[in-house]
Amino acid sequence: MSHHAEQSLSPMHAAWQRLMRQRVHAVALAFLVLLVLACAVGPMLSPYTQDQQDLELKAAGPSAAHWLGTDSLGRDMGTRILQGGRVSLEVAFLATAVAAVIGVGFGMISGLAGGRVDAAMMRLVDIVYCFPFINFVILLMVIFGRHFWLIFVAIGAVEWLTMARVVRGQVLALKNLEFVVAARANGASFWHLLFKHLLPNLVGTIIIYAGLTIPGIMLLEASLSFLGLGIQPPDASWGVLLGDGSRVMDISPWLLLYPGIFFSATLLALNILGDGLRDAFDPKSMSQQ
Amino acid sequence: MIRFLLSRFIQGIVVIFAVITITFLILRASPGGPFRSERTLSPEVLARKMEYYGFDKPIPVQLWRHLVHYATFQFPESQVFAGRTVDEIIISGFPISAAIALPALLLALCIGVPMGAQAALRPNTLEDRASQLAATIGICTPSMVLGPVLAILFGLKLRWFNSSGWFDGSDWVLPSITLGLIYSAYIARLTRGSLRETLAQEFIRTARAKGADNTTIIFRHALKLACLPVLNFLGPAAAGLLTGSFIVETVFQLPGLGQFFIASAINNDQELLIAISAFYAVLIVSFNLMVDILQAWLNPRIRLQA
Repeated sequence: MSHHAEQSLSPMHAAWQRLMRQRVHAVALAFLVLLVLACAVGPMLSPYTQDQQDLELKAAGPSAAHWLGTDSLGRDMGTRILQGGRVSLEVAFLATAVAAVIGVGFGMISGLAGGRVDAAMMRLVDIVYCFPFINFVILLMVIFGRHFWLIFVAIGAVEWLTMARVVRGQVLALKNLEFVVAARANGASFWHLLFKHLLPNLVGTIIIYAGLTIPGIMLLEASLSFLGLGIQPPDASWGVLLGDGSRVMDISPWLLLYPGIFFSATLLALNILGDGLRDAFDPKSMSQQ
Repeated sequence: MIRFLLSRFIQGIVVIFAVITITFLILRASPGGPFRSERTLSPEVLARKMEYYGFDKPIPVQLWRHLVHYATFQFPESQVFAGRTVDEIIISGFPISAAIALPALLLALCIGVPMGAQAALRPNTLEDRASQLAATIGICTPSMVLGPVLAILFGLKLRWFNSSGWFDGSDWVLPSITLGLIYSAYIARLTRGSLRETLAQEFIRTARAKGADNTTIIFRHALKLACLPVLNFLGPAAAGLLTGSFIVETVFQLPGLGQFFIASAINNDQELLIAISAFYAVLIVSFNLMVDILQAWLNPRIRLQA
């Protein structure tokens, strides 16, 4: 490892190089990119639509016509898995974005404001940490209907707490550094400090925690859909497919197996990449590993 | 220390009443009113029902009544399970959920901590790699896949256990294993990371320099500190076990608290929803309080701070 080379790189670029140094991270990233492409384009290329039934072939195993078989209503599993993957990935990324916006905003304001405001805001986070969130999400789903947007907003609105704590900690460390103190002495306003000086320095932290949050959110969405409280038929997400598959698994195991493989492989890739991003943006944590 | 715990206790009470208030407000904001599923009710019957359950009063009065009832342990009646108070329903469902969650937690600790510790003591060996791989696979296996697989394998194929229902004394085994295996993976990863971090610290080197043998160092010095992140995880894990219990209770068709919650959400049984949410809040708060006490006991730095 040559230090000269690293010094001349931007922090982003350096982190990227550290990330790609391990082949397993590159493989995980390649898998995710391929998956996103397949989920985005695949359903359009497929000769079937996700709710098109082939009543001759109900719950049939893999064949030349249906590569991953058909479900108990005769729908093409491959198409449904890709379409479901699109929904699952969309929910995961959008919910993470919602969580990041709330968490980063809350944490930055708390940390920069300091004093009583900070104490009150962090006490609120402590309190909210003890809420039985899954109950609230289920309540919202049942009462206000199972809209797609409500799912990711509800999940995002409960997953921001860790992000808020971490960002606040970072802001506390940053706000006494010379460049921030100098900007403040020059009369920079609260929001100017927040957006121009602190936010750019938090990008690494935000990426790390977003990476660690996404798999958890995918699991949460899958749990809700599995219970019938998330994505509603005829639309599918991987949670819906796993729920359908688990009910018929003694007769047609592939209906659980194939979505299960896609789901677990995606979680695995996201976890590997999440760990990789943490090490890449925070070299200290790597020395501890 | 006492002051710290007291403030945590008060905070917990605030949480419980905040949960009651928020659940109440979400439910009252719901379109269609409390008896919307019973479309055939005549206006007179509906009015009488509204009056009986107190829905005819203004919202702030209703909310205040709820808070007072919960503070004085006078629990309201369920709207759907007529004639049963909500605490009776909780008492009938909770033992089943607990009979799954407690063994699951024990199993998770008994597998996770030794596995993580072994891996931390032999870093980068084959053993370490194997246990890390196992932990990663565990984290990526959702309970809605592992549960059905175990049910088919040990329930339908081998016939060691019932694959669903709550009839035999052994019906807790498969659901507990499902949850326990998944949580053991998280705990193994946490233990490995924090034990490695602890072993690199100076007080361990001091202990070594003083001639303490390996067993003493690991069990008396390192593990105690390395347990802290694991303990920290157990607070949120309690909440996670509740989520998990929604899934395994559905997979194995167990009449636990999670099933009551989902059923009452779908039936719009508002009193029961408020009660179960409050009960979960009590569980999480108590769990976090226990974790706080254990942490203070294990970590002298926290003890001094308080």
